[in-house]
This record gives sequence, structure tokens and C-alpha cells, in this order.
Amino acid sequence: MEAWWRALAFSSGYNTTLVTVGAMLLGASAGMIGAFVLLRKRSLVSDAITHATLPGLALAFILIGLIQGDGRWLPGLLLGAALSSALGLWLVQLVSARTRLGEDAAIGAVLSTFFAFGVVLITVIQSMNVTGQSGLTGYLVGSTAGMLAAEAMLIAVCALGLLAAIFVLRREFLLVCFDADFAQTQGVNTWRADLLLLMLLMAVVVIGLKVTGLILIVALTITPPVSARFWTNRPPRMVALAAVLGALSAYLGVTLSSARESLPTGSLIVLSAFGIFLVSFLAAPRRGVFASLMAHQRFRRRVHLRQGLLSMSRSEPIFDGLTLRLLRRAGHIRRDGVATAQGQAAARDAEHEERLWALYRQLFPGDALHHEHAGLEPISQVLPPDAINALEQRLPPQGESA
Amino acid sequence: MSDFMMFSLVPMTVAIIISMTCALLGNFLVLRRQSLISDAISHVALPGIVASFLLTGTIASTAMMLGAGVSALVTVVMIEAIRRLGRVEISAAMGVTFTSLFALGVLLLEMSHASGVHIDVQHALYGNLESLIWFEGVGLASLFDPVALADLPPQLARVSSVALVVLVFVLVFRRHLIVGSFDSEFAASVRARPALVDLLLVSMVAVAAIAAFEAVGSIIVIAMFICPAAAARLMTNHLGAQIAWSQLFALISAVLGYLLAGHGLIWLGLEMSLSAAGMIATVAGLIMLLACLWGPHRRGGGAPAEA
Repeated sequence: MEAWWRALAFSSGYNTTLVTVGAMLLGASAGMIGAFVLLRKRSLVSDAITHATLPGLALAFILIGLIQGDGRWLPGLLLGAALSSALGLWLVQLVSARTRLGEDAAIGAVLSTFFAFGVVLITVIQSMNVTGQSGLTGYLVGSTAGMLAAEAMLIAVCALGLLAAIFVLRREFLLVCFDADFAQTQGVNTWRADLLLLMLLMAVVVIGLKVTGLILIVALTITPPVSARFWTNRPPRMVALAAVLGALSAYLGVTLSSARESLPTGSLIVLSAFGIFLVSFLAAPRRGVFASLMAHQRFRRRVHLRQGLLSMSRSEPIFDGLTLRLLRRAGHIRRDGVATAQGQAAARDAEHEERLWALYRQLFPGDALHHEHAGLEPISQVLPPDAINALEQRLPPQGESA
Repeated sequence: MSDFMMFSLVPMTVAIIISMTCALLGNFLVLRRQSLISDAISHVALPGIVASFLLTGTIASTAMMLGAGVSALVTVVMIEAIRRLGRVEISAAMGVTFTSLFALGVLLLEMSHASGVHIDVQHALYGNLESLIWFEGVGLASLFDPVALADLPPQLARVSSVALVVLVFVLVFRRHLIVGSFDSEFAASVRARPALVDLLLVSMVAVAAIAAFEAVGSIIVIAMFICPAAAARLMTNHLGAQIAWSQLFALISAVLGYLLAGHGLIWLGLEMSLSAAGMIATVAGLIMLLACLWGPHRRGGGAPAEA
């Protein structure tokens, strides 16, 4: 616990602090690019990209190992990973565009086949005489424990560069995400923007390999954006929020993992991200589960109250328990079910409202479709006073309509 | 020969059975464009297995199957809940769910390392087909020797029974599966219960993934679900023929992959063997690549007019 507090306050050594900052920058850029990918509805493409890094990683390890005897040289490994994931990405695009197979089959096939080939190469490495083999498994599930300061620096600098690149390109990406055709008319090259988006995604994933491992990095590009989506309907804010939540997940995860020996960093980052997601999922205003449940309840009560008042004005008996309870609580009926004076007035108003709405819907069915469907909104809040006056005059006398 | 019986017969048989079983189910996943369900389900087998180990303290196979099955069910429920309640797109909902559960599995695994678990992350990812050695398999005669047969690795019986269950499922529900795969609204209108069949299909995928998990690991199994079926989809427009093609592809990739891994480099004069599971999936991927390049029905366009 104490070690965690120290790490949270960035005061447990230069190296840990550097790793934490690097991971946070990585989380921010992953969240940001992931937000665009989510809006483009291609979240699982990043799954294919991440798994496709393994053969490149292993090949690079073999090559570097043959040259210098130890395969652990981060820039070279990352380059290999980037090349093979680019190949995987290209294959996904090709298969889903040129054959009848869906993108899902393309993604699944590429991610599993590439990963399998990587595993084959790893068995080659295991029978080779190269040191640093155990370093390679760190790329599967992530480990920041043995990270060198230079490596952390590299990750931090790259993440910062990516963050800047995404920031510069954000307008273009947003346009393409929402309406590719419209973006085209605005002079945006959608093909190029899509490609850039995926390239940046790939770069983020490759940089993050060392931190969370190749299986879990995909979570950093999906979970924070999904969480951010719960809090806002405005894309620029969502992108910014996804970056913040990504950084927060990385911060919590890395610091938690430094609290005790042998805690896997990648898992803790992903689980922190999931924790944030859970909070957003349940408690976010408007889109969260609690908020929707409450909104649903409110709506139900309004419908019941209105129906109850209408029944009162038409002197129909009311049997529904909820309706009776609501009417009683509002003071519209007494405990024995007889309408109070206030209740009679409210019932008359409700009946009048209802008739105005009905007439409006009958006269202007097209316009009525644009308004609230249940007619629960007071009509005076929806239509201008002169329109209501006109309606009032065309209202048939009470006796006829009833 | 006795080497083959001892070291290769069982792993190869297991690989063939798993490949063909997964490919059979894969046909429907590919048709329904739900291939990535297998991705999600196979990732969450890990937390299920680890949790069942931590709860029961044994690596008994029934407990593990149960644990993995429960976690597959939890995954499906979570994905649906996130999708419906949170109004999140399905692929994102899947991504959130299976990465988190997988992370939980890794965390549990690492934390329980101190107490001496025999499964590690690497096995969970790569599988360990080569460890299925039949010590009593000394020659052809062992195939008829009850004592030797009793010594067969238990995994063989397990994957065989799973294959049988899957086969029975597909045979019994074939009409429902076919109708639901092509037109789920029509299926609902003729009371083919598409929702129920969907759930059953997912459970079967989970069962197959778990059976395969131990042998080939959680990621390579995805290739066995998708690649043969996707390749077969490019060969024909008839479902029956597609299933037959997928079975053939699965068989070829299992046999060829296993032989290449075990003997490929030895034939080249290098004394080493490669990951069999990885090689099988690689061959499956290559077959799919060939089908993408030259498959007669790679472009789509629906069924030809009946003659």
C-alpha cells in the first residue's frame, strides 16, 4: 500500500517515474487514436494489428541475435513488429475488399495465423543460441519491471510524437469518421486519412508492446474510448476524454504494479481501464445504466399520470396500482379514490391538452412526427402561442368529439 | 515406427480431431459474420481455467472445463449487456470484454505463481501438443492391447467426446443452423428459435475452444475455427460442399502442419522441431491465402441459377 502511494506521487525512483510517464503518454495516444477507430466502427482491426506484430518481433529478434548475440534491442524489435503488422493490416484490407469474406473473418484469420507463425519462430529461437530469450515473453503480456531507462525514454518520446501527430490530424479524422462522402467534398482524401489513421494506430500499438504486451495493448485502444463515449455526445470532447482516461488507466496500472514484486503491468493497466469503464457504464449521466433506468422510470411515471388524469376526466375507473399511487401522491385523488378539486382541474387540463395534440396530429401529421412522440410535453412549450390559438379555434365543441 | 506410435500418433490424432471439429463450427461462424466470437471465447478460456484451479486446487479436467464454460457464458452475457444497456457497437463491446477477462486471467495466474501452478501464460498462448506422449505405444500391436490403450493420454478421449458432442449438435440442429445463418428473421418467423440456436452455437464454440485450449493454446485455435471455413467459403456456393471442403482443409492443415513442425527441419538437415500447433495454424492460413488468390468463388455474387 505504502509503495503504491509512493509510486502514485512519482517518488519511487527515477526509473519508475520515467516508466510511469511513458506509459501515461502511451495510454493517452492509444485512447485518442482508439476514439477515432471506434467512431469508424473498426475497433477490432487493432486486435489483428497487435497479434500480427509477433512474427516480425521474432524475426527481428533472430536477425539481431545472429548479428550481435543478444536479441534485445528495442528499436530493431519495434521496427520488425511494425513491418509485420503493416503486412497483416494490408492483408486484412485486401481480404475484406477483394473477396466475399467479411472483415471479421479477415481479422480473425490474420491475427491467428500471424500469431501462430510467430509462435513457430519462437520455437526456432528457443533452439538457437541467443541470449535474452526470456526478454521476448515480456512482449506477450508486458513487463515494465526490467525496463531500461533508455527504453522508457524511447517509448515516451515516440508516444509524445504520436500524440502530436494525432492532434494535428484530428479534424480530418473526425470528418472521415462521421461522413466519408462529405469529407471527400471538403477536399479531404478519405483513403489517405483512413490509411493515416490505421498507420498511427499501428505505431501506437507497436510502441506499447513492451508496456502491456501484444495481447493486451488492444484494450488500451478500445476500452478508454468506449468509456469516454458514455460521458459525452460531442466527438472532440470524447477524443480528449479518451486520451485522459487512457493516461489515467496507465497511471493506475503502472503504479499498482510497482507496489509489489511480480505483478504483471499489462494486466493491471487493462483492469484499471476496465474499472474506469465500469464506473462510466453504470454511473455516467444520460448514457449510463443508472441514468437510463431512472429516465425510463420517469417516463413511465409521466405516462401513467397522464393516462390516469385522462381516465378521470372521462370518468373511467382506474385499476392500475402505479397510476393510483401517482395520482394520490400528486393530490389529484383522495385515499378513497374520489377526485379532489385540484384533480378535477388537472384532469380537465389534461383532456384539453390531449385534444389539442390529437387535432394537431390530425391536421399536420408531417410536422407532428418531428415532435415528441408521446404528446406528454405541454403543447404550449412546443408550439408558438399563435399556432395554439389557431388550433383552439378549430377545436370541435366538447360534446361532439367525446 | 515405434517412435511414431509413441510421440506422433496421439498428438496428430488430437490435432486432426480438433481441427475438424473447429472447422465444422467455423462454417457457421463465417457465414454469420460472427468469426470474432471465437476470438473472444478463446481468450476467456484462460481466466476460467485459472479461476477453477484456484477454487478447486486441482487441475482436474472436468473442473477446468466447467470453469472455462462458465467464463465463456459470462463473456457472452457481458458482451450482450454492454451492447444493449450501454448502446456500444458489438465489436467494441467484445474488445472491452475479452481483453479485461484475459487480463484478469493473467493477473490471477501471476499472483498464484507462488503457490506453484503448473499452467503458465506461455502454455495458455501456444498450447503444448507435443507433450501428449503415449508411453505404451511401442508398435502397431499396442493399438489392440487394452493395457497400452488404457495409458493413452486423457486428452485424446476428451477431444473425441467433444468432437462427438459438436457433431451431434450440428446434425440435430442442422436445419435451424442453416436457416438462422442465412436469414435470422425468416428463422424467427418459422419458429426455428434463432436466438436459442445462436446461444447453443456459441456454447459449442466455447466447448470446442476449451477442449482445444490445452493442446493448441487460446490463440491458435482461432485459426482452426476461421481459416478452413473461410477458405471453403471461397471454393463453393453450396453449404454442403463448403462443409466438406472445410473438413478437407482442416485435415490437410493438421497432418501437413504436424509433419512439417516435427520433421520439416530435420529433412532439411537441422536437428530441431517447431511448435506443431503454430505450424498447423500457419498451414491453415496459407491454404486460406491460396483460396483468396485462386478460389473459384472468391468474389461472391450469390448462388448460381438452378439448372
